[in-house]
Amino acid sequence: MATDVVPRRGVPADRAQLVQWMQEYGVYLGVTVLLLFNVAFTDHFLSTENFRTQAVQVAPVLIVALGMALVIGTEGVDLSVGSVMALSTSLLSLYLGYGPLAALLVALVGGAAVGLANGALVAFVGVQPIVATLALMVGVRGLALVLLPQLEDVHDPTMATLGSGDLVGIPYVVLIAVALALLVAFAVRRTTFGRQLLAVGDSRPAAQLAGLPVRRVLIVVYVCSGVLAAVAGFLATARLSASDPTSLGNLMELSAITAVVVGGTSLSGGRVRIGGTVAGAALIQLLNATLIKHNLSPSWTQIAQAAVIVVAVYAARERGRR
Amino acid sequence: MSAPAEVLAVRGLTKRFPGVLALDDVTFTVRPGEVHALVGENGAGKSTLIKVLTGVYQPDQGELRYRGEPAVFGTPLRAQQAGISTIYQEVNLVPLMSVARNLYLGREPRTRLGLIDFGRMHREAERVLGDYGVRVDVRQPLRHLGVGAQQMVALARAVSVNARVVIMDEPTSSLEPREVETLFGVIRRLREQDIAVVYVSHRMEELYAVCDTVTVLRDGRHVHTGPLAETDRLTLVSLMLGRPLGEVGRQTTATPAGDHDGEPVLHAEGLTRPHQLRDVSLRIHPGEVLGLGGLLGSGRSETAKAIAGALPVTGGSVTVAGISVRTGSTPAAIRAGISLLPEDRKAEGIVPGLSVRENIALAALPRLSRFGLVHEARVDAVVETFMKRLRIKASSPHQKVGELSGGNQQKVLLARWLAMHPKVLLLDDPTRGIDVGAKAEVQKLIDELAEQGLGVLLISSDVEELISGSDRVVVLKDGAVVAELSGDDVTEDRLMRAIAAPTTAPDDTSPTIPTSPTSAEEAAVHGH
Repeated sequence: MATDVVPRRGVPADRAQLVQWMQEYGVYLGVTVLLLFNVAFTDHFLSTENFRTQAVQVAPVLIVALGMALVIGTEGVDLSVGSVMALSTSLLSLYLGYGPLAALLVALVGGAAVGLANGALVAFVGVQPIVATLALMVGVRGLALVLLPQLEDVHDPTMATLGSGDLVGIPYVVLIAVALALLVAFAVRRTTFGRQLLAVGDSRPAAQLAGLPVRRVLIVVYVCSGVLAAVAGFLATARLSASDPTSLGNLMELSAITAVVVGGTSLSGGRVRIGGTVAGAALIQLLNATLIKHNLSPSWTQIAQAAVIVVAVYAARERGRR
Repeated sequence: MSAPAEVLAVRGLTKRFPGVLALDDVTFTVRPGEVHALVGENGAGKSTLIKVLTGVYQPDQGELRYRGEPAVFGTPLRAQQAGISTIYQEVNLVPLMSVARNLYLGREPRTRLGLIDFGRMHREAERVLGDYGVRVDVRQPLRHLGVGAQQMVALARAVSVNARVVIMDEPTSSLEPREVETLFGVIRRLREQDIAVVYVSHRMEELYAVCDTVTVLRDGRHVHTGPLAETDRLTLVSLMLGRPLGEVGRQTTATPAGDHDGEPVLHAEGLTRPHQLRDVSLRIHPGEVLGLGGLLGSGRSETAKAIAGALPVTGGSVTVAGISVRTGSTPAAIRAGISLLPEDRKAEGIVPGLSVRENIALAALPRLSRFGLVHEARVDAVVETFMKRLRIKASSPHQKVGELSGGNQQKVLLARWLAMHPKVLLLDDPTRGIDVGAKAEVQKLIDELAEQGLGVLLISSDVEELISGSDRVVVLKDGAVVAELSGDDVTEDRLMRAIAAPTTAPDDTSPTIPTSPTSAEEAAVHGH
């Protein structure tokens, strides 16, 4: 095993253990460190209002990241999620006349359809995930703009409540995100689908020879990602009380991938860490908030994010070698 | 001919990889104008040797001499510049570039201004390729050519780079018979030009058609070098397989022949796939172990995969216990009761990141679930049963399969399939890379399973294992059935004779399948 990792005596075992520990729990450690830092050095950090703001801001990213974690678990990636959010907001705006529930259903069907197209390209045509979803990322954004060429206000009492209301102090948006995280975690751990997903991601040839429905698993995974992105688009629209297909969900795919990778899921598939993904999204959110509150420019935020990603990818690489 | 000096030689070559001694004190010399066959079975060390000769690997010990002087090829490019060209099984050219550009890539004829002289390049390309029997528009992209023509371009390119030695690694695996003839013509011309050819192939007909000398490797060691004309086929086969001739190999402990007259549990008929399988038919009865014999590349693994639905076929049918199975679909084959233990256990068998428990339950999951939710208690029961029954050694059911020994990984795969209650087990080299103790255990398990009424298809690179473990043996060669051994004929000697027997014609698309094993045997014995 350790043929090429033994430069110094005594050290390797400890170092390997440390690396492994960091892979498992590093993201939680990061969140804790940032929290403590803020408690000590940031004014008005420990206020309910602040936590609410942070949680509401991170909720859409987290929901998209849940789907992304599933896709990455199959050794794929879904770049179209941001565009699906835009499609979702366009469809909502168009169909709101039939009531919020009908509009939501249409938006979800839209997300599922995009996921179906992604999945079919990957599973049946054999296109690489990054290429297939890139194509839909461009096309779906265009479609969203065709459906709704410019920003439109959304006036609907139900959606307004969902967007800014709360239940015993916790915003609905956050509750929905938490519920979805629990649901996805349950699906990964306890369902046949979850096991098959991991097997497909870990070794596609083995899964195929074991008779698993590889194509079906792949398609369902991309459909899940599309539907979750549509939910995120719905919640973002509700919070902003406006549909803006030009900017909604821009760069969302990168935020989601970052959350998943920082959360300790390796891009080589075979593993889905929902807890880590939640913590990863929280870590990035906290990092941004910290830098903003200490009056650092957004460019520094991006550089800090990049540093975190590099550390996370380095840790994942170590795992791949073991 | 005065004995020409050698152009390329290695002496005392040793190459180690972690845990494997790939080459052990190997000596190999090639003379100018010689066509030198390099043969050996799985793990013999052929590809490692080629990679050392072409600068891909550096030798751990031993000396490499080229044109009389010690040589070190740090990279494949160095070897190529020195005059050693290699043609691999898969063509390694640039499919989107034109034929002519591929031929002259990196050494294009230039005009005075230093630009590519396309006119001259196209004219010369047409002339050069014409010599190889390839008459095409050299301006079109390479990918528009057939595989055979592409291979000719690769060959032409290799030779025109002032090659002194051309190494061909299974050059005919994707060629049509007519293209093979062209290739042989080219090889003969190379010989006249005093260029040395190292020819790696499993096809005996080809070796005897073009090669002068043969070197046999086995388990990383040099076994034999000599003129091919003085080495008959049977000797060659026995050298490759490492089994002496004339040995009565079988203690008749297995069930006597005639015991399996009833309805076969598996009946495969006329399986065909271009370049790989030609009309392969076989039957397995319940409780019978059918061995599938043949050299590497004879179509053994392809046959197993075709039956298991993992390899699409252009013709043929598979029937399990009288019910026809859709070919080309793994789920359909599994539902019908066919289970395959693949040859490449690590890449195609285990799911290394999942636990022993998840690996065992993988195929049976739908049966162990309710409404899509895994019934953990039922999974535990199945896993416990099989871990005990197959004596799987793991620290716990939750240990990752990737961390287990080869033997235990194989048992986990067996457990995965037994949990599906299969009717037919296809075992592709089940004891390969497994230590001796575990090997005996797996062999015993196979016997037990057959006794319980399963039909077993056994493929093994170990002749002894194949002979002692099988009730009957079907022998494959170049993707077709050439003989069937049963009863007292199941001996190593008979097997090797069947493999060594010449085939009538390489392009015979419908070989006659021997109806009675004895007549096939007679033909095999008197054939050479």
